[in-house]
Amino acid sequence: MKRFRGFIQKEFYHIFRDKRSLFILFGMPIAQILLFGFAITNEINNVDIAILDHSKDATTEEIINKIGASKYFSIQQIIEKEADIETIFKKGKVKAVLTFEKDFSKNLIKEHKATVQIIADATDPNTANTISNFVNAILQKYQNELNKEVTIAYQIVPETRMVYNPELKSVYMFVPGVMTIILMLVSAMMTSISITREKELGTMEILLVSPIKPFQVILGKVFPYIFLSIINAIVIVLLSLFIFDMQVQGSLFLLGLESVLFIVSSLALGILISTISASQQTAMMISLMGLMLPVILLSGFIFPISSMPLPLQIISNIIPAKWFIIILKGIMLKGVGIQFIWKETLILFGMTVFFIGLSIKKYKIRLE
Amino acid sequence: MEHNKVIQVTHLTKTFGDFTAVNAISFEVEKGEIFGFLGANGAGKTTAMKMLIGISTPTSGKARVAGFDVFTHAEDIKRNIGYMSQKFALYDDLTVKENITFFGGIYGLSRKQIREKSALLIDELGLEKVAHSLVGALPLGWKQKLSFSVSLIHDPKIVFLDEPTGGVDPIARRQFWEMIYKAANRGTTVFVTTHYMDEAEYCDRVSIMVNGRIEALDTPKKLKEQFKAANMNDVFLKLARG
Repeated sequence: MKRFRGFIQKEFYHIFRDKRSLFILFGMPIAQILLFGFAITNEINNVDIAILDHSKDATTEEIINKIGASKYFSIQQIIEKEADIETIFKKGKVKAVLTFEKDFSKNLIKEHKATVQIIADATDPNTANTISNFVNAILQKYQNELNKEVTIAYQIVPETRMVYNPELKSVYMFVPGVMTIILMLVSAMMTSISITREKELGTMEILLVSPIKPFQVILGKVFPYIFLSIINAIVIVLLSLFIFDMQVQGSLFLLGLESVLFIVSSLALGILISTISASQQTAMMISLMGLMLPVILLSGFIFPISSMPLPLQIISNIIPAKWFIIILKGIMLKGVGIQFIWKETLILFGMTVFFIGLSIKKYKIRLE
Repeated sequence: MEHNKVIQVTHLTKTFGDFTAVNAISFEVEKGEIFGFLGANGAGKTTAMKMLIGISTPTSGKARVAGFDVFTHAEDIKRNIGYMSQKFALYDDLTVKENITFFGGIYGLSRKQIREKSALLIDELGLEKVAHSLVGALPLGWKQKLSFSVSLIHDPKIVFLDEPTGGVDPIARRQFWEMIYKAANRGTTVFVTTHYMDEAEYCDRVSIMVNGRIEALDTPKKLKEQFKAANMNDVFLKLARG
């Protein structure tokens, strides 16, 4: 035990004296949460639009006023002819143009139908989509007001309610994902690098010749990272609470336990990586390419798994992060208890046991 | 005087698939002896040494190190030997003192023992001024000496040195051999591999490995007579060329 304590102390010296690893450990989570929370967002605010009004009557003016008054749009320009639309898009500032047809008001009264065309700049498809949805919503609302006096039979009015994230804040979607990435990165990449570093320096050989047992060496190497990962998880939860006002709905205790489970599985992966790589660079490349990319692309963090082609959906099942993100979303956003996520937990647990077993086996082979 | 033989090796063999790295070598080393283990690169020195220090299991044969069997008691061997690799492996981002404390710790020394040892060691090596500097900042020669002292921190019966003088200047090599003599005079057996033939002359006895076999084993003086050579370099060349 005394040997073990000295070993852990040494590991902390390594970590705290290396500015690079300190930065990855503590700079990354903060930077990522802030980046994903503020910069990468699906919400729109004060998007510049232009209006082409062929009608110029009372109704179109009312609609234009409503759109201009909303916080989502600011009317940048009123243009006079179709040809201007292209020039205005090419300048790039205006993201959408609304075109009202000729005799808008008259058509509306006479034929009960008038058209508005929304032309959106789809070089950024997400924003274009959102703009079109928002304009539609404003028009719909206006239409309902008009129809108040007129009674139309059999009208279906869809009413959408977004549950668990009513304001559709993207930070709610990113926090579980970022937390997953950070825990994975710190646990797997940092451990694999720190183990391969001992191999590279030749100190691993010295340790293996000493009476300290190989499993003690490995435990000693991973222990500090368990500790630091837990601190990171706490920092992320606190950041999202205080900066983005995102409260954890479910049990913090359960959240902690599940996080430890995921950390342990990532550590096992890290050990596995260290057994197959001879240098720190290799370990880092394998961690980044083999772990980070799948986590970002296939875990459902950014791209929904249900809309992937079938082969990718199947592959996504073997990524531990996928299950952890489901668990995190359940606890953090929906506030569910273990009875709703026991299946995912069990899968994650099984994977963890498998990785630990495999890394022990690999490690033994390497000693020979 | 059987118990004076701290290393006893009979027909020790290690094969990797079809390749026989170490081919039925036999030798004995006595307590307090400086035993030179020579051979060209790839002759099987390192493989043989790895079997003796308990990190590689032999394919066949017998070996006892510090009185323990390498097959069944590798853990007991580890407690009784010291090891220094050709990389002088110390932690560059730890200070001299922290390195000593750490290695003392993994050999199970008490805090008091570590304190006494490190004071003694730092004094002997004249490292007082840099005791709290990072090892990475030390010149190679100092690292080498520190690495050797650290391998002796738990007073092992035998110390294994794997090409301990690679890359250091002749003066540092000379000083290093003085340290080896001191350790041997205190009763520590020194098992050293090297490819510097002038260093072979400093050993009590040397063995020369060629293609996995020990082709010659005696005192440097007798080897020179046997091969009618002026120095160990010639002995080595005659053997290596067959």
